[in-house]
Amino acid sequence: MAGKILRNNLAVAVLAILLVILLVYVYASTAIKMPGSVFLQHLTNGLSLGSLFALIAIGYTMVYTILSMINFAHGDIFMISLYFAFFTLSVFNMPWVLAFVCVAALTPIVGILIERFAYRPLRDAPKNSVLISAIGASFLLENAATYLFGGRPKVLPDIPLLSRVISIHSVNFQVVSIVIPILTFAILIALINFINHTKTGIAMRAVAKDHEIARVMGVNINRIISLTFIIGSSLAAVGGFMWGTRYPGITPMMGVMPGLKCFVAAVVGGIGDIKGAVMGGFILGLGEILIVALFPNISGYRDAFAFILLIIILLVKPTGILGSKAREKV
Amino acid sequence: MLKVENLVVNYGGITAINNISFDVPDKQIVALIGANGAGKSTTLRSVIGLTKPKSGSIEYNGESIYGLDSQLIVSKGITLTPEGRRIFANLTVLENIKIGAYLRRDEDGVKSDQKWVYELFPILEKRSWQMAGTLSGGEQQMLAVARALMSRPKLLMMDEPSLGLAPIIVNNIFAIIKEINKNGVTILLIEQNANMALKIADKGYVMETGKITAAGTGEELLNDPHVKAAYLGAAAGKKKGRL
Repeated sequence: MAGKILRNNLAVAVLAILLVILLVYVYASTAIKMPGSVFLQHLTNGLSLGSLFALIAIGYTMVYTILSMINFAHGDIFMISLYFAFFTLSVFNMPWVLAFVCVAALTPIVGILIERFAYRPLRDAPKNSVLISAIGASFLLENAATYLFGGRPKVLPDIPLLSRVISIHSVNFQVVSIVIPILTFAILIALINFINHTKTGIAMRAVAKDHEIARVMGVNINRIISLTFIIGSSLAAVGGFMWGTRYPGITPMMGVMPGLKCFVAAVVGGIGDIKGAVMGGFILGLGEILIVALFPNISGYRDAFAFILLIIILLVKPTGILGSKAREKV
Repeated sequence: MLKVENLVVNYGGITAINNISFDVPDKQIVALIGANGAGKSTTLRSVIGLTKPKSGSIEYNGESIYGLDSQLIVSKGITLTPEGRRIFANLTVLENIKIGAYLRRDEDGVKSDQKWVYELFPILEKRSWQMAGTLSGGEQQMLAVARALMSRPKLLMMDEPSLGLAPIIVNNIFAIIKEINKNGVTILLIEQNANMALKIADKGYVMETGKITAAGTGEELLNDPHVKAAYLGAAAGKKKGRL
């Protein structure tokens, strides 16, 4: 029953988003006479930016589910992954596939280290302490990156295969804009299957509900928590690598804004729900791109969109679009 | 099977358990009764490693399990149905049952045990795809017991299995406890429902404010005037009763 309502909820939300896109299209084609191909191009851009947000937002939501804390260092893990991409591609001159694998393998190590040294010692401490520790970890990563790599932007080399522009019916887009959404959906499906249908996935959900009793079941909760950070960080790394092919400038502070926005995406979708995080990512990505495309004179406010949305959601439905307080009989 | 000696546990800044000793013989039902706050739950939590004791010894089959990690203790064949049931409300009934067997690698054994717990609690089979949070209190208690049994425990510790349940369901649960015991599982039972607990127990202990104040067979304790007055609601002791 609960599952049915949830699925309906998802369906309703997806339909609503499609409807809004349709309305926006009608507005664009009538009021400002935007050609369909241009609109389609903006839509593709929005989808690929949304997928990037989604990949990072999953990390926020998974850590929140397991530890009920916001991992504020997540955006900086994303930033570190871009530096890994820079070093593997530019300094070590690796072919991009190999570099991609390296980045996806190295970034989780940072995630594990942060969990091990900044969060695990505070496992039984009040929630505020962990939150402060998370902010500290975030500052540490930003400043360590500034110290080690310098504050001047580094530029990621071009990956011709991904950045190539192809045009279909006068719609021009980069290959990467198509690759990212496909990759995101593939990862989403794999992840949901993993969580719903494997023994480790069941253990993960059990740990999310009750650490103590999960231990009594024989679950090694530290291992499950580490695994959560591995998954979250490697998704941030995938997102980071793809981000780098679209926006090649890398600075130590570049993780802050995407980090905040993806946190907003997770909250908008309903924190604790992976599908919600992905949906939130898409709403944010599409919203940002379409607002800039349709109302160029307010494009300076593009970053404000996420936070206005956050305020509206917190006022209207604080649990997020897909979030629902689990009803429990006691 | 389980032997606890001179156990002292501090909990939240106070001495919750002050130097208690008791033992649970193999294949028996042992009841630990006492009022709220006597330290019964803390005792069980210490045995399974959720609360770290201050001093004393806990031996299981001659081997010290004092201060070990819960995961290790559980792998030796001890399990707990916790107070307030604490089933995983966000998992289905079947997933709750499956996670009970988390440490087991013998898939055939797990399957046959799953059949067994479905025989013990037919209602759970009917509800196997339902989210566990939607079950009634009695069904949740059954699920907590079923989940514990799936680890094929040698020692099952039960914390207030009758709490908050309708009398008819309480009877049902106690019948099942006896049934489980007949299958060779040793049981350490904590109860406020002293009457029911002592009736099925081979051995009983009475706990008061962190100490064991009386011990004996279930029958001896049932007839003990002090126990009668304090826990069994005998006429003379009403004002000292637990309510």
